[in-house]
Amino acid sequence: MLTIAQSTYDALVAHAKRDHPDEACGIVAGPEGSDRAERVVEMVNAAGSPTFYEFDSTELLELYKEMWDRDEEPVVIYHSHTATEAYPSRTDIGLASEPGAHYVLVSTREHGNNEGPVEFRSYRIVDGTVTEEEVTVVPSLD
Amino acid sequence: MAIEVKIPTILRTYTDGEKAVSGEGATLSALIDDLEANHPGIKDRLIDNGDLRRFVNVYINDEDVRFIGGLEATLSDGDQVVVLPAVAGGAR
Repeated sequence: MLTIAQSTYDALVAHAKRDHPDEACGIVAGPEGSDRAERVVEMVNAAGSPTFYEFDSTELLELYKEMWDRDEEPVVIYHSHTATEAYPSRTDIGLASEPGAHYVLVSTREHGNNEGPVEFRSYRIVDGTVTEEEVTVVPSLD
Repeated sequence: MAIEVKIPTILRTYTDGEKAVSGEGATLSALIDDLEANHPGIKDRLIDNGDLRRFVNVYINDEDVRFIGGLEATLSDGDQVVVLPAVAGGAR
């Protein structure tokens, strides 16, 4: 199960809506081993594409070095789908490389940049196997 | 000649869970062969058809090796190598 603070949920949804029709991407870092999604880091989609996302390689290294310095890990890796459902594509599954992370998919296909509900779903992706998990949004992480 | 190589979570099955290992080699290619000798299987996760895999990033002293010669990038004693899988995907 993914437990996420309302403010973090809102930040991910806002990012996805803002970048629509391109895919938005980023992570939520947290202390290593804690499973606490605490710190949202929006990343630039270096692919700048409505159907693909990729962190810029230099920014990726900076991100990981910052997390190592802070004893953090990527608790959530998120991206948006802008024309399809919030379910990992074959590409998503093939490239998933953080077996400990929650992979969050936000779909903006219904309302795009505008107000309105989105699909917000979370998965574990390990060795090519996708397992959907429940998302619990709480007022704040205690 | 010792070079520290940081190993990402997904490849630690090849390093007995170690986050960093030591290797040697005058080029990235030689270093990867040296890693393979001590951690069999790891080379195939880094290299495909004689080239660095598209969705694996390798950095030497914070420089993406794609900009400094790829597998032929040169290494010196004390260099720091980081391996990071790309974070990528998408609906396509």
